[in-house]
Amino acid sequence: MSDSVPVEYMQRTRAFYNAQGFSKSYQWASNDRIPFHVLSKPLGECSVTFVTTAVPDGSIPKLSRSAQSIPMSDIPEVFRTDELSWDKEATHTRDTGSFIPLQSLEELVKNKLIGHLAERFHFVPTEYSQNNTLTKDAPQIVTACHEDEVDIAILVPL
Amino acid sequence: MTARALEENGIATVVIGSAIDIVTHCGVPRYLHNDIPLGNPLGHPYESDQHLDCVTRALMMVRDESEPTVKKSHLKWHNGEAWRDNYMRVDDSNREKLKMMGEENRRRRREMIDNGEKRI
Repeated sequence: MSDSVPVEYMQRTRAFYNAQGFSKSYQWASNDRIPFHVLSKPLGECSVTFVTTAVPDGSIPKLSRSAQSIPMSDIPEVFRTDELSWDKEATHTRDTGSFIPLQSLEELVKNKLIGHLAERFHFVPTEYSQNNTLTKDAPQIVTACHEDEVDIAILVPL
Repeated sequence: MTARALEENGIATVVIGSAIDIVTHCGVPRYLHNDIPLGNPLGHPYESDQHLDCVTRALMMVRDESEPTVKKSHLKWHNGEAWRDNYMRVDDSNREKLKMMGEENRRRRREMIDNGEKRI
């Protein structure tokens, strides 16, 4: 396979779970219209947060997880990633900096590229049910971001 | 879906990831693609300069773009390209193993449900 051709994850995932005996293929979200909000102030005045799919509290059982908004100051040293789908043969997640942008954002605040870090970051579970994401998790994160007066959110799904 | 909800509510977003087909299928306002294995969306582990560069590029997209945009970085995986074919591979060598994995996954899921795990 050419290195310039991205992996077709949807096709690959369907075949993988089909081989495991799951008869119903997952339907990924698909949209024709893309919402777009133009930034209304300079980056140097913006409050920035991030949203991760890595699990900050692994003690909550998988099926019971919902969106969480957690103070940046309480960020865990270790995120639980073993239950998520990622390439466990090619790489590892021992360096949180490779999937959590906190350190980079702190550097960018120091360099005055962005204004400041928001009060909280956010966890959104990777849900089989799109309905749970659409009607519960995403609105909860929107509310928290408004409370924290966030201007920019960086989403880093694993 | 979360990015879309934020954007609809006046918060600018950028997604950084490694699954371009899934993200573009969903349709997000700004997407920075790193064509490396899933697991390290910001770059190779312990390469903090790479992570900083990636986050900076993503923020530049938020600053500069005025319409939905997908950009690809020039990151190359340090251990070659074999990961592209190996991830989630299905062939005669692992078909039986995958069938057993599926049975185990279904058993564990039933167990979680029997234990009362559910979304609130």
